Amino acid sequence: MEGIRGLAKGLITTLKILFRKPVTEQYPEYKRPLPARARGVIILTRDPDGEERCVACYLCSAVCPVSCISMQSAERADGRRYPRWFRINFARCIYCGFCEEACPTLAIQLTPDFETSRRDILKLVYEKEDLLVNHGGKNKEYNFYRHAGVTMVGDKGTHINEDKPVNVKSNMP
Amino acid sequence: MIWAWILGFIFLIIKLSIIMIVLLTVAAYLVWVERKLLGRMQARFGPNRAGWFGLLQPLVDLVKLITKEDTVPEGASKGLFLLAPGVVALMALLIFAVIPFGKGFTLRGRPIPLVITDLNIGVIYFLALSSLSVYGIVLGGWASNSKYSLLGGIRGAAQMISYEIALGLSLVPVVMLARSFSLVEITNAQRNYPFILVQPVSFLLFFIAAVAEIKRIPFDLPEAENELGAGYHTEYSGMRFGLFFLGEYINMIVLGSLVTVFFLGGWHGPVLPPLLWFLIKVWVIVFILIWMRATFPRIRYDQLMNMGWKALIPVALLNIIVTGAVILGWS
Repeated sequence: MEGIRGLAKGLITTLKILFRKPVTEQYPEYKRPLPARARGVIILTRDPDGEERCVACYLCSAVCPVSCISMQSAERADGRRYPRWFRINFARCIYCGFCEEACPTLAIQLTPDFETSRRDILKLVYEKEDLLVNHGGKNKEYNFYRHAGVTMVGDKGTHINEDKPVNVKSNMP
Repeated sequence: MIWAWILGFIFLIIKLSIIMIVLLTVAAYLVWVERKLLGRMQARFGPNRAGWFGLLQPLVDLVKLITKEDTVPEGASKGLFLLAPGVVALMALLIFAVIPFGKGFTLRGRPIPLVITDLNIGVIYFLALSSLSVYGIVLGGWASNSKYSLLGGIRGAAQMISYEIALGLSLVPVVMLARSFSLVEITNAQRNYPFILVQPVSFLLFFIAAVAEIKRIPFDLPEAENELGAGYHTEYSGMRFGLFFLGEYINMIVLGSLVTVFFLGGWHGPVLPPLLWFLIKVWVIVFILIWMRATFPRIRYDQLMNMGWKALIPVALLNIIVTGAVILGWS
């Protein structure tokens, strides 16, 4: 009797669900809005002045667990570094977001766009032109050079959130 | 005389081809129905990409199965390996030959019964063929040269032989009531009331044993996906794999028809035309089969054997004795 009740309960449950609306989201027709921090295709952002944020420090390349990021650093005439070429192999990328965490200048960022499938695997190798965008990504106001102590923009102690330099020789308690 | 014979032969061929085409189409669409219902019972959509509501899905599946490579594994016994799927599908198709699916009609003074052949040993024919279809499974499992297939084949043999007995015994009261082995006669005996009203135990026994016989969940041990890969058809590919499935789905229809003929009164029914009654009854049984698949887990091997030998067979024997006593008392 107990067993029969158990069987009947299961049958009733499936019958009820038969008349319920499926919970499936029909993907190509309906695309669920993804949160802004969803991890998808990687972009290289620019600072508010329109300059590339990337300073070619190789930290993203070093932290990448699948080694899909490669670049060649170069220096401009005014001493600011930039990548001469920057390449991400999305066929290898696992979208872990470590590069974004490692980046000191917020240059490399992941976007919610995930539709990267291509017929040809070589088309998944993105060059710098494909990666570079004309906006600041998640933090539009941030400008690395206005925060950090780099002499090329202003003197020491003139940047945002920066203290005046102290004279170490007379720094008595 | 000879012309009448030739005309009769032509009618038979036409009838056979119509039934064959309808049966194969229905089996193909049964796959769609099953996937759709299973999907809805799990709060999914089921196939809905190929064509309107996924109605082209069976055709697309067919094209895929036919164009796939037909592989034979290394070390397989080639002849038997190639033969086995055919056995399963053929036996399933052949059983339908004795099933009356409607009231006959008369065309130009010539009676056309809606049954391929009114065999006077129809019940035995059905039992014999369902035993033969075990060969497809055992040979397929053995010839594949794979341990999973072999295990599936052995399980299939053990399960189907055990449940065959209960299947046969559960039909004895029906035969006793109808006083005939012919399925046409059994249908006619249910003119006034379906046998399920007087033989509910027999109906349950037959249904359980037949579900085990056609290897549907919860008795699908020979093809247990989780533990045996796919059991006896692990090594099959392309249309040979498709034939196994075709056999399974035709078996579902055949089981529905047999339950209808033996217990639900065949094509007898009020108001609606006989053929429609038959189809409605068959689809109700098929729906129940799909419903069970969506609900029940697979039972364990020892549970399966215990149930077959320690529950079904004694109950079936008891049922025969009681039915016999009652019939004897009435007359």
